Order: sequence, then structure tokens, then C-alpha cells
Amino acid sequence: MDKEKIKARLNEVFRDVFDDEGIELSEDTTADDIDGWDSLEHITLISAVEKAFKMRFTMKEVSGMKNVGEMIDILAERAKKI
Amino acid sequence: MVKELTYPFDGDEIMQKKKKLLRVLKEHESGAVPLRIAMLGGSTTHDIIAVLELFLRDRGIVPAFYESEYAQYFNDAVFPNKELEEFKPEIVFIHTTSRNIEEKPKVGEDGAAVAEKLEREYKRYEKMWTSISEKYGCTVIQNNFELPPERLLGNREVGCAYGRIDFITRLNCKMYDYAQSHKNFYIHDINYLSAAYGLDRWHELRHWHLYKYAMSVSAIPDFAYSLSSIICSVMGRNKKVLALDLDNTLWGGVIGDDGQAGIEIGSETSEGQSFKRLQEFIKAHKELGVLLTVCSKNDHENAISGLEHPDGALKPDDFACIKANWDEKWRNLNESAQELNLLPESFVFVDDNPVERDIVRAQSPEINVLDFETPEECIRAIDRCGYFEVTSLSADDAARGEMYKANAQRAEAEKKFESYDDFLLSLEMKAEIRDFDEVHLPRITQLTNKSNQFNVTTKRYTQSEMEAVAADNEHIRLCGRLEDKFGDNGIVSVVIGRKEAEKLHIELWLMSCRVLKRDMEYAMLDTLVGECRKQGIGEIVGYYYPTKKNAMVKELFGDFGFEKVSEDADGNTVWRLKVEGYANKNKAINVN
Repeated sequence: MDKEKIKARLNEVFRDVFDDEGIELSEDTTADDIDGWDSLEHITLISAVEKAFKMRFTMKEVSGMKNVGEMIDILAERAKKI
Repeated sequence: MVKELTYPFDGDEIMQKKKKLLRVLKEHESGAVPLRIAMLGGSTTHDIIAVLELFLRDRGIVPAFYESEYAQYFNDAVFPNKELEEFKPEIVFIHTTSRNIEEKPKVGEDGAAVAEKLEREYKRYEKMWTSISEKYGCTVIQNNFELPPERLLGNREVGCAYGRIDFITRLNCKMYDYAQSHKNFYIHDINYLSAAYGLDRWHELRHWHLYKYAMSVSAIPDFAYSLSSIICSVMGRNKKVLALDLDNTLWGGVIGDDGQAGIEIGSETSEGQSFKRLQEFIKAHKELGVLLTVCSKNDHENAISGLEHPDGALKPDDFACIKANWDEKWRNLNESAQELNLLPESFVFVDDNPVERDIVRAQSPEINVLDFETPEECIRAIDRCGYFEVTSLSADDAARGEMYKANAQRAEAEKKFESYDDFLLSLEMKAEIRDFDEVHLPRITQLTNKSNQFNVTTKRYTQSEMEAVAADNEHIRLCGRLEDKFGDNGIVSVVIGRKEAEKLHIELWLMSCRVLKRDMEYAMLDTLVGECRKQGIGEIVGYYYPTKKNAMVKELFGDFGFEKVSEDADGNTVWRLKVEGYANKNKAINVN
């Protein structure tokens, strides 16, 4: 699946979850780069991404993703919808 | 009301947008009531708190939270805790679930051994409730236990001494027994909630293993909404009126076209049965003190003939007010509100036509509008919207419909008199004005928390705070009941004053709008002054705090003969009255 399209859709989800229209994701974006992305809001983010892409992360993936690039890789493989 | 937060909402959408929703709610906040809630969790509570805050703010309550450390519910409830003591919770919510059950029956264990475990497990909870009510004297809300995600013994988990579901069910029953015999204690029925949500979807085990949420993250809004309904009800925020459309809402078909014989209602057809069931469900709300009104585009006589259908459950007499005409519905709803002396925000509008619903939403955004398509969905919407959640039921509730009907008769009688004073005398009014007593405390609290218009301070009290006021010597308290030849209005007015150095500071002065312009406020003032004289109080100090809704009492103290002492930039005013030289004002009501 097209990684640029995934990134664009992901960007919308991030803006919603963190209520920040200024978010511009890159593959290197990590939790440190986004205001409010802590372990508790990670839960909301994961659920919102799963809903948007109609897929489910494994438990290992939820705790193992290091940056947005890794998230995009997983989505490129498994997303049922962009 | 924020549309995203109104039933039926999209839980996932709320979760995703909760930050934005909170920002929007904060921007539009006005006249909200603060409330301190302690959440003692047996599993993660973070997002439950976040979403509960949204629903409460949407209903005009601004919560502050104490959140226990992860799974520290028992310690926080039972052992000394300075932080919680300083927080002074008004509501403690114990968020435990089946995952917190410590004693579990073993396969093959005999009945006596299991019963012992059951008692031990239950006592842990009872100990928490006792400790909380002793320390904080506040309202307690406790989850019951939901069914587990899997069964070891299959169907044998019930009806067997060591069955785990058998155990959970008995534990729940013990909680219910406690709830039946204790005031200010409410069960949050997550057993029902999880079943209605779908037990398999409810138990999203990934969310347990990853985050220690005892339910799916997607179910958190359903959970929080259900909890918010109890809290709103405890805080007197229930809605008061079901305003009902007729054609294709209360019966199938159009009465004006099909005639009484042609509409679908009753047991003859499946559609008729469905509408009959809806009518019965709505009628049952009268017992809860909910008023019913009609708001329908119809000729009046056609509307009546539909309601007189022999197989219908609702009759014209069941309605406090019938508006069947061709005016805009939002106008009719506002007129009904005026006639009943209620605020439009206490109305819930029920209409099968989505266009009519949208017009009402646009023209009168404070009116609550239910979305549904079929009579079955309508029943569910009335149930699940939680607007009529029952936490206390006073004797006045069941009689409320009758009281409003008596009011209509009074309005008729009024037309026959030349002077208003003659009319008042003709009512043969009798009032009982006394100190609070235990029997009437629930009604006093209920009235206090839902009176918005004739209310000078709009101060709210939980049941336990009201009990504390009732028990101390620092206050003078009055509650007034008014009866006339048309009927008994029940308790309609409450006054609380705090004594301080020969002065009485009015903390609360309110009256039900059912008895406006009956001189009941004068009767209350006369009695209050009399009581002040007895207790050696020389001056009464009155306070008026303006809200969006209480403009009608802006000059109440002035009208009473108080002298205005001060007024600040926000319009808050302070007044005083010398007790000496006060002459009684009430002439129409016979007191005590």
C-alpha cells in the first residue's frame, strides 16, 4: 500500500487525537516530538489508528513501535482501509 | 449540548476527539456547578475520568477528580489518606470489576466453604463503604460485577456451589441488599451494561494485558455515560418532561387521514403491538414523576380522538399539556414550558420525523431531542439516554402529574375573579412551614438541586451535605408545604440561613415555580422572621447571585422590604432586613 497515502491519513488521526492542527508527521517522528504523546495517550492513539485503518496491532507492536516510520511499515503491510 | 456527546453517540469518535471536545466544552462553559469526585480504581481509570468529565460538563457539572494510584482502591477507602481527606470528596466512585475479586471458589469445593469465601469477599467491600461514609459522609457509587470473559465449567458455572458465575451473582446480590438498606449508596450496573454492549466485545483482553483497562477502550464512553447518568441524577439534573409527537410516534399512521379506526395501536397487528408497548413504557414514566406533554401538528380534536383509541395505553388525561395545532413545534414546546413554569432544557422531545427534530435543535438548542426510527428504538432511546435515571423517588414524584393538572384547574378558576386577592382567598390555601425532618430530606435535597429560576443563590447540596445542615445548630432551616382546595403541592419552598453573631445569612432561598404568585414566599418570610425573633437574631442578610435562569428573583429581597447594601460588577447583590418592626406580609395563606 502507498506509504504517502498512509502517512497523510495518519496525520489526520494524529491531529484529531492530540487536538493540534499543526502536526506534520515524518517517518522519524517519535513521542518526544508531539506534545501530549505519553503512555496514556498512546492508548487513545493506537485505538484511533486501528479504527481508521481497520486493523489491529499485536501487543508486541503496540509496545515496540519506536517512531511513526515503523507504524507506517506495519500499516503498509496490514491496513484494510486508508 | 454537544452533538458528539448526545445519545446515541459514537464511542470511538469520542475517544479520538476527547481533547478537542474538552476544549470546546471549556470555551462554552457558563453557570456550571462544581463537583468533587474521587475515583478509587481496581484497574486503570485515566480515560474513564477524561470521558466522564466530558459528559458531566455537557450537563453543566464541572468535576474535579481525585484518582487513586493504580489498583489502590481498598487502601484509599479504608486507611488514613491525607490527600483524599483534603480533597473532601462529594462523590466516591469505586471502580472495581470481576478482575478484583480475590476469593475464588475451587472446583469441587463444598457449599459451606464457598459461602465462607463469599462472605470474606463481600466484607472487604462493606468495609470500604462503611469507612467512606464515616470519614467523608458522601455519596458512594459502586460497580457491581460483570460476567467474566470465559467459563471453565460451561453452563455449570451457575447452579453449582463452586461455579464462578454462581459466586459472582451471589456477590452482586449481597451488594444489592446493602444498597436497599443504605442511603446515598448507588450501584453502577456494569453487569447490565456489559451484557447490552456485548460481553465478548466488552472484554477486549489486549486492553487488559497492555493497559490494565478492565474493558475495551471503545466501551469507555458507554461506561462513562452510564456513570454520568447516576451522577447527574444525584445532582438533581434529571430532565422533567417527555414532549411527544403523535402520528407515527405514539401510533402508526396519521389520525387526520386514517381516523381513529385506521391507526395502528393495540394488540391486533405487530405494528400496533409495538406502538402499544411504547405507550405503556412512556406511561410508566409518570410514576417516576416525569411529566408528559403532546407536541403534534394536528387538529386538536383529531389528536384527542387518537389518544382516546380504546386499545391505547396513553389517554388525554395522562398529559400535563396538549399542544396539537399547526404552529412550529419549537414554539409549542417553549409555550408548554412556560405554561408549566419549567425551563425548555428540562424537555426531552420525541418525534419520529428527523426534519422536525432538526428544526427544534436549530431553533431551541437547549431542548433535548432523541434520535430513533422505530417504536422499539424509541423505547431504547428513552431508556439509554439516561435523562430520567432514578436515584431517589419521593412521594411527590408519583403525584407530580396530578399537581400540574390541579394547576390547570387553578388557572381556570382565576379567570372567574375580579381581583387577584379574591382569587387567592378562594383557593383556601393552607401551608405547613417547619424545620427539616428526616422524612422530607430527600425531597428537600431534590428540590434544592433542581430549582433554577426562583433560587437566589443556586447553591447545591448532596444528600449528605443536606443531612449535615439538618443536624447542626448553626442554621435556621425552613421547608414549606402548600395545599389548597384543588390539591396538595407537597414541599415547594426551602430556606436555609446560617447564624453568625445575631445575624442570619441566607444561604438558600428557593421555591418551586409551580406555586408562583401565591404569596407562599411571604408566608416563608413571616415564619423566618418569627424564628429569628425567638432566637434573638436582629438582622437578616440576603444574597442574590445572578445566573442565566434566576432573573425572576433579582428584586426578591427588595420586594420583601430588605435594604440593598452592595452590588458588585457581576450583579451580585447583598441585602439586609431589621427584624424589629417587621410586619407580617402574608394574608392569603393559613400557616400551620
